[in-house]
Amino acid sequence: MAASPQAAVALPRARLSGGAGLAVGVSTAYLSVVVLLPLAALVWATHAHGSWQAVTSKQSIAALKLTLLASFAVAVVQAIAGTAVAWTLVRDSFPGQGAVNAVIDFPFALPTIVTSVTLLALYGPRSPVGIDAAFTRWAIVLALLFVTLPFVVRTVQPVLIELDQEMEEAAASLGASSLTTFRRVVLPNLLPAVLSGVALAFARAVGEFGSVVLVSGNLPFKTEVASVYIFGRIESGDAAGAAAVSVVLLAISFAVLLGIGAFRRRVTRHDV
Amino acid sequence: MSRLALRFASLGYLAVLLLAPVGFVFYRAFEHGFWPAWHAVTAPDALHALKLTLVVALIAVVANTIFGILCALAIVRYRPPGFGIVNALVDLPLALSPVVVGLSLLLLYGRGGWLAGHNILFATPGIVLATIFVSLPFVVREVVPVLREVGIDQEQAASTLGASGMQTFLRVTWPAIRWAVAYGVVLTTARALGEFGAVRVVSGNIAGRTETLTLYVQNQYEEFNAAGAYAASVVLALIAVATLLLMSRLRPKEETR
Repeated sequence: MAASPQAAVALPRARLSGGAGLAVGVSTAYLSVVVLLPLAALVWATHAHGSWQAVTSKQSIAALKLTLLASFAVAVVQAIAGTAVAWTLVRDSFPGQGAVNAVIDFPFALPTIVTSVTLLALYGPRSPVGIDAAFTRWAIVLALLFVTLPFVVRTVQPVLIELDQEMEEAAASLGASSLTTFRRVVLPNLLPAVLSGVALAFARAVGEFGSVVLVSGNLPFKTEVASVYIFGRIESGDAAGAAAVSVVLLAISFAVLLGIGAFRRRVTRHDV
Repeated sequence: MSRLALRFASLGYLAVLLLAPVGFVFYRAFEHGFWPAWHAVTAPDALHALKLTLVVALIAVVANTIFGILCALAIVRYRPPGFGIVNALVDLPLALSPVVVGLSLLLLYGRGGWLAGHNILFATPGIVLATIFVSLPFVVREVVPVLREVGIDQEQAASTLGASGMQTFLRVTWPAIRWAVAYGVVLTTARALGEFGAVRVVSGNIAGRTETLTLYVQNQYEEFNAAGAYAASVVLALIAVATLLLMSRLRPKEETR
């Protein structure tokens, strides 16, 4: 392990002329054109129009508040439910487990607008089970829970597989109850994975659009989330106002990613 | 006892949140038999939307796969100074709202933008750019850990024995990463076929011209043609199921390699 980083540094010097230059050049240029340039245009437009105060309009504050609150609630639920599902998939065994495991990724593969239509079919106005959550804040939470389902499960699952069960057996044999064992032995080991899954779920929820747009009804001050507010501003020709709130979402995304990165580096350093 | 309780709680959560709604949409789509659903998805606008979606996804997948392999090589093998920022930028589309992506493209290529006047917005190129943006991270993210894990011993051996850079890549590096690339391609395809928010903003949403299949679902639903919306939803859901099957096929191969 200790030798390879040095070798990885030593090799490219010898080869940087050929393929390396191509790889570095092409990927930098591609990223600049595809990602960096549009985002720079977004920030520049907000700056050029001097539309920063658009963020503080009552409607956009309400939308941002609702978005953060709903995303936080969803992240908390997912931390518990996602860990429970991961546990059931790793430690339990029952017929059909493989199918359940495969189904976890379904929300990722399903287009978000289909999620909207799907949830409305069962929990909307013509609900066969008598639950009509359409155009309420519950519908927003439901949609966000659907799309963020894979994150915590998929970050916790591999850690749980690797986790040595001998520690738990030792704790149990020393008289710890199963709850104490979970709290004192298992949870500290899972926590980094749970937190990075939760952070990803939170970031996804903050920006979510397609699954929310049909189910929430988009009533200003009541059920309008930030992404739908931005979309409404664009549709009514107020790109400057839309840009200002977009920059806020961009900043949140960056902050979450940097947070996860810093957290991972710290955790891995402790491991080594 | 508590194990059973946990099992039922977990499975119940998945059933209420996931299986029941998805199953019910399939029921709704075929409520009046197979043919009404078939006619709904073979309507001219629906077929055009499907074709546009496939073309856009194909371009995005090819572009992002080539970029993904080169970028992963650059991140893991060459890592020039300052490349950490590239690493962070690659992940951004995963965490950024698709509407923000769409608006950024609108401001860049729209009236008064830095690159205005190239007929990119409200046409296929804009849809392609939006789709490429949102589906960019997947190949990179799958290939990077595999490249790290296989190390450079074999590549070094190959070049010591006189292999050119291209020969080393084709004979040594590629066989090691190809399953990771395949997995990344599946994820990219799923994301590209399903993109909605960013495309909604830049496409202009014109039926029969710039309407992708996800936009078609929304438009049908909002025009109270639920049958059309459900039928197109089922097509997209079936694509999602096919993606899942491919994912579970590819994953074990990657692990046992």
